[in-house]
Amino acid sequence: MSGLPEPTGEVMELQMGPSHPAAHGTIKFNLTLDGETIMACDTEVGYLHRGFEKMCEQGTWAQCIPYCDRLNYASPLINDFIFAEAVERMLGIEVPERCSYIRVLLSEVSRVTDHLTCLGMAATELGAVTVGFYLNEARELLYNLVNQVTGARVTVSYGRIGGLAADLPEGFAGTVAGVLAKVRSLVGNSERLLERNRIFLDRMAGIGIISAADAVSYGLTGPLLRATGIKRDLRKDEPYMGYDRFDFKVPVGTKGDNYDRFAVRVEEIGESLGLIEQAAAGMPPGPVSIADPKVTLPDKAEVHGSIEGLMSHFKLVIEGTRVPAGEIYFAGEAANGELGFYLVSDGSGRPYRVHVRPPCFYGMAALEEMVKGHMVSDLVAVFGMVNMIGGECDR
Amino acid sequence: MALNEDVGRAVQGARPTLANSFGTPVLTVEAASVAAVLGFLRDDPGQAYDMLVDITAVDRLATEGGIDVVYNICSLTSGRRLTVKTRLTGQDPALPTITGLWKAAGWAEREVYDMFGVRFDGHPDLRRILMYEGFEGSPLLKSYPVDKRQPLVAERDPIADPWPSKDGL
Repeated sequence: MSGLPEPTGEVMELQMGPSHPAAHGTIKFNLTLDGETIMACDTEVGYLHRGFEKMCEQGTWAQCIPYCDRLNYASPLINDFIFAEAVERMLGIEVPERCSYIRVLLSEVSRVTDHLTCLGMAATELGAVTVGFYLNEARELLYNLVNQVTGARVTVSYGRIGGLAADLPEGFAGTVAGVLAKVRSLVGNSERLLERNRIFLDRMAGIGIISAADAVSYGLTGPLLRATGIKRDLRKDEPYMGYDRFDFKVPVGTKGDNYDRFAVRVEEIGESLGLIEQAAAGMPPGPVSIADPKVTLPDKAEVHGSIEGLMSHFKLVIEGTRVPAGEIYFAGEAANGELGFYLVSDGSGRPYRVHVRPPCFYGMAALEEMVKGHMVSDLVAVFGMVNMIGGECDR
Repeated sequence: MALNEDVGRAVQGARPTLANSFGTPVLTVEAASVAAVLGFLRDDPGQAYDMLVDITAVDRLATEGGIDVVYNICSLTSGRRLTVKTRLTGQDPALPTITGLWKAAGWAEREVYDMFGVRFDGHPDLRRILMYEGFEGSPLLKSYPVDKRQPLVAERDPIADPWPSKDGL
């Protein structure tokens, strides 16, 4: 622990959590304090462990999708689509163009809801409750969009291996345009309330610094890595889902402190709103799922009207899609960073192993590095910017 | 030049084999040499895999008699990805730690230890991470029943003793 002052008084141990009003999420920090200065922070995660990986091994590949919703529940659609894409790569299939466009559009809606959750919560915890309400309102508008498409705000179960559960509703592009204007205005107002706010800046600038080298060593990705100045975004670096068709920038920070993490997320909201507009404007016509009876469920009319349809439905539901034996690591850029799936198939309709690489797990591992030498109250701000989502971190 | 030849020349006894699974290169090495192989892949300028993305394991005890420990690494400079695998056989599966190479290994190895019971020798703080102290068994092994109850959770017959129980507890 270089750079820390010698302990001046009595060293105190403080257990913060697992249910603390300033920590949005169930997490426990075992702090070693000298006065109010953090000397060491042992972070205990796992309170929200539901056995995601074990449960995925029990059913068919398609039955993993609802579990994926419940990883990062601030942006469930991104998890669905990345999982579906990973399985599609094993199957060697390509989804229709319209499906890719819808996946990009809804992924970006989810990225914005995730960033709004992170920024709104963090601002509220620092006392900027107005900003919290503004950003929650914007998030609610976007959740309504998601609701119109999927029928649910959070537990969407909308991604499918080989396509999507349903097409967009009638007149969706018009609804999107109206919502985006409101979201822009709310985010703009929030930004103006914070960007020159003395209290906010004091709590954010220069707090929780991590160097670029340490960030790489800790496996940080997403906004946490980009805040240190490293321009890495899997949407650009390893394009998937047709992201290379779209025009967007990757904002980076310089110092790797809390303020840069905040600013990177605010900039990304702007870029994502642009992507939503591009996807809505360029939306091609056509089917949203491939028509392969070994992968996607047939139309209900066919299930009830033909023996082939009924057989195919039965086989898919009972036995599942047969995925060729082998293993794959596929990652995409989720709102928090690199969300990866390591999948192993034994050639049957059920996954042999599903492992998820959650981005915020590694952010939480680096938390001690970020808060050492700062005050207890800074832990709240740093934790807010790491944006731990219990469902994803603890699985 | 093939990656497995480079690794074989750099690390004695690694016996590397290179395969390709759905577009991802998979390098399989001997368990004893895995830390040296990963160190070479990180430090050799021709490889430069500077980020440890993830460590996990696959239980193949029933079918192939071992646990595969899987390291996913990537290079931020060249954009390449690589999966490094090794197989652990025997009663007490253990590997040398790579916390000296990447700080990310600290929590990642704890998770593999927690879920599969694989020990990482030399790890500075090898404790359970997602499960609690006192949890019995390794939940992601195939031999661990999905509906197993842990002794810390008291057994209750829901018919005889519906919750909340009659005396209001």
